[in-house]
Amino acid sequence: MANAEEIARAADARDIRDRWLLSAPALVIILLAATGPLFVMLAYSFMLKGDYGDVQFGTFSLDGWTSVLFQRDIFDDTLGLADAHLSIFWRSISLSFYTTVLTLLFGFPTAYFIATRPPKTREVWVFLVTIPFWTNLLIRTFAMQQVIRNEGLVNTALMALGIIKQPLQIMNTDAAILLGMIYIYLPLMVLPIYASMEKLDFRLVEAGYDLYAGRWQVLRRIIFPLIKPGVIAGSILVFIPSLGAYVIPRVLGGGKNMMLGNLIELQFGAGRNWPLGAAISITLMVLVMIALLFYVRNASGSEGAHG
Amino acid sequence: MKWKTTAATAAFALFAFAGSAYADGELNIFNWGDYTSPEMIKKFEDTYKVKVTITDYDSNDTALSKVRAGGHGFDIVVPSANYVQIWVKEGLLLEARPDQMENFKNVDERWVNVPWDPGRHYTVPWQWGVTGIGVNTKVYGGDINTSAIFLDPPKELVGKINVAPEMNDVLFATIKYLGGDWCTDDKELLKKVRDKLVEAKPKWLAMDYSVTEKLPAGDYSAVYYWNGAIMRSRIKNPDIKFGYPKEGFPFFMDSVAILKDAKNVDNAKLFMNFIMDPENAAMISAFAKYANGIKGSKAFMPADMKDAPELVVPPELEKAGQFLTPCSPEVQQLYTRIWTDVQK
Amino acid sequence: MAKRPFDIQAQPGFGFMALLTFFALYLPIAALVAYSFNAADSLSRWDGVSLRWFISAWHNSAVQDASIRSLVLAVSAAALSTIAATMAALATTRTRPYPGLTFKYAFINQPLMVPEIVTGVALLIVFSRIKVWTGYSGLGYLIAAHTAFCIPFAYLPIRARLESMDLTLERAAADLYATPWKAFRFVTLPLLRPAIIAGFMLAFVISLDDVVITEFVKSGGQDTLPTYMLGQLRRETSPEINAIATVFLALSVVLVTTFYFVNRRKP
Repeated sequence: MANAEEIARAADARDIRDRWLLSAPALVIILLAATGPLFVMLAYSFMLKGDYGDVQFGTFSLDGWTSVLFQRDIFDDTLGLADAHLSIFWRSISLSFYTTVLTLLFGFPTAYFIATRPPKTREVWVFLVTIPFWTNLLIRTFAMQQVIRNEGLVNTALMALGIIKQPLQIMNTDAAILLGMIYIYLPLMVLPIYASMEKLDFRLVEAGYDLYAGRWQVLRRIIFPLIKPGVIAGSILVFIPSLGAYVIPRVLGGGKNMMLGNLIELQFGAGRNWPLGAAISITLMVLVMIALLFYVRNASGSEGAHG
Repeated sequence: MKWKTTAATAAFALFAFAGSAYADGELNIFNWGDYTSPEMIKKFEDTYKVKVTITDYDSNDTALSKVRAGGHGFDIVVPSANYVQIWVKEGLLLEARPDQMENFKNVDERWVNVPWDPGRHYTVPWQWGVTGIGVNTKVYGGDINTSAIFLDPPKELVGKINVAPEMNDVLFATIKYLGGDWCTDDKELLKKVRDKLVEAKPKWLAMDYSVTEKLPAGDYSAVYYWNGAIMRSRIKNPDIKFGYPKEGFPFFMDSVAILKDAKNVDNAKLFMNFIMDPENAAMISAFAKYANGIKGSKAFMPADMKDAPELVVPPELEKAGQFLTPCSPEVQQLYTRIWTDVQK
Repeated sequence: MAKRPFDIQAQPGFGFMALLTFFALYLPIAALVAYSFNAADSLSRWDGVSLRWFISAWHNSAVQDASIRSLVLAVSAAALSTIAATMAALATTRTRPYPGLTFKYAFINQPLMVPEIVTGVALLIVFSRIKVWTGYSGLGYLIAAHTAFCIPFAYLPIRARLESMDLTLERAAADLYATPWKAFRFVTLPLLRPAIIAGFMLAFVISLDDVVITEFVKSGGQDTLPTYMLGQLRRETSPEINAIATVFLALSVVLVTTFYFVNRRKP
């Protein structure tokens, strides 16, 4: 008996070892070229900045972290809140929030529309959402720029129709960034909602109507609770990349309306303050983790959370 | 199984091709965006059988930070006058001795003994110009020879201004506008400078680089920018006019230098010598519309550059112009902090 | 078709919103494509249909280099990440939970959790130092970075396929005294092939699309097509960019369509 058990345990141990060996290449590559550098960056955030970029290696300082939220006045040397940083944090969070809400507003009916098509055409509609999703983000941002610029499609059309006399200034404003993010991330909202709506049993809806519920009540009391996991997944999938957006504000925001991603880049470029850049990066990661935790909390217990 | 052979051949061909593209000599140039004449590069490539790649940067600080980080892979960089000493002191530049090169005799005497590189041991002139005001006169008809255009903008221009994202040019105009001198360390005045910029910035639309496209197209109605780019805009749209701020405007010069850790030093030296040839220097200017520092290049320049209002300073405003010289490190540090405050 | 008196699926305004969404999704892309055929020198005028910008992009040596580099990078990263992901998927599926399994899941998916800009600057910090130490600043860094963030994408379909796969065939092979390698080579691998192809294509598209991480990792003269375009966008944007974007777009559409059909072909 004991012998057989021992053999089994040895086989198990060998199996586990083999499985570690087999997964080693993937783990090592990710450690070297993705996860590991994050820890180096954490270390850098606690060093003194070099005069012209880089850090003073081996020094220890909390300057990087304090300057995330506070700044020392150049002239009277007092410590005050770093309004500029705070406003960028605020812009990132609020624009991401609006993006999520507005993509939901458009994404939900779209997903519903697709889910209620006959199975044959349904695939075509899904495919139509997938194509922009897989199209290069930069190209789509550029396409958006063509539409909203002063001499772009929207302004030319509105002026030709005589609705406006002066072109609307959309480019280089927060509105441009918002429009860009909605446009780019919309498929990320539609697809998960559609996935959970596909499984929706419309007999439940029918039962609702049989019990004299109105359309709004059916939507709110029956459909919405059933597809909530999809809505949460979609919201997270939109909110998280919005928070870390870099290309969209860079191209549509004109270098003045920064989001966190651009603030980070600035510190590693013209700002020449690597520890601060590292500290902001880690703060951004923490914000993302909070959003993910919120997701796990809300999605736990409901099926289809992974994916 | 045939497709496998095909796929393998295709993959092999692709990699072989990719390899061949780098087989001959190379030269990696790190320069300001939209600043390098493609024709001139083509001529250099054909003459020396060297493959040139150009990577852009958008400010002296960005270039410095990127190179300072190491492992950049560039051979040549084109810093502005007041940054050259920083590059030298940080040990980033190679003492290439362009003053001993064959074509050095063509360099205008005015640009040989310059404060940032006496006798030209490190750098050769690339282009020089003026930072000034460009305005679409259809949008605003008032006086444009003033920095008020971007520091105290008239209401027609609010929200339609683009300012060059370059610290020294912006600080120079602002210090002069408030009555100070370049390189001043008067904290009282510098505080006003910062406050002025922080107050003006919300009235700008952008601090960006696509002026030659967006100014003529009407996306911007006014810019504080470099004269060559504004001239290119004016060629596309005659409503654009150039103004020299009477309170003070800076002259700048960008110079070509070889990096200490360059991999293609010989090609980089060939390039230095190449651009000191009048005909080649003229090609650089014909593209970007800035003056160069090479004697005899005017003969090769297009006619429209000889009397362009962007290149010829009106006599009554000549006194307002001043060369952007390097300031002391302490002052420079102070300016950097002001700039950081403005940029955020 | 007779209209049903009461459609339980209908919600007022939803169809309109959906069509509006589809219109909005495709309008900018359509405008971009249309403008790439514009004969004018500037993006703000329309001068009739022409292929001149496609021709000029084709002859632009910077575009040629960037395109080849993008392809080399995407093929390398997709191949490496698919191999690593297949091995990892074999190691993490069809087993009882064992110590470290959850860790592996989390670790493999980690690149998905971190904003690209953060990974980008972290890699800048580490790789620039390695570049100085080793003196090597070639394409290897980009390949490593791309492989790392492609692994979770390649892993996804392969793992899904493995989990839904029938174990009996492999057991049968083992019963017939096939070595584990032979069982894998002749039984598991053929069954897994569609998922591996799907994983490879996903990784390929992801690598081809990347702009942020590449922007921070690349050395001088290592522009890929997206970073080249990003550089161009900041300045004088000639209509050539539209032409390049249109070609890129067409390539993506072809890839996605192929992926779609490969994935749909259920065995």
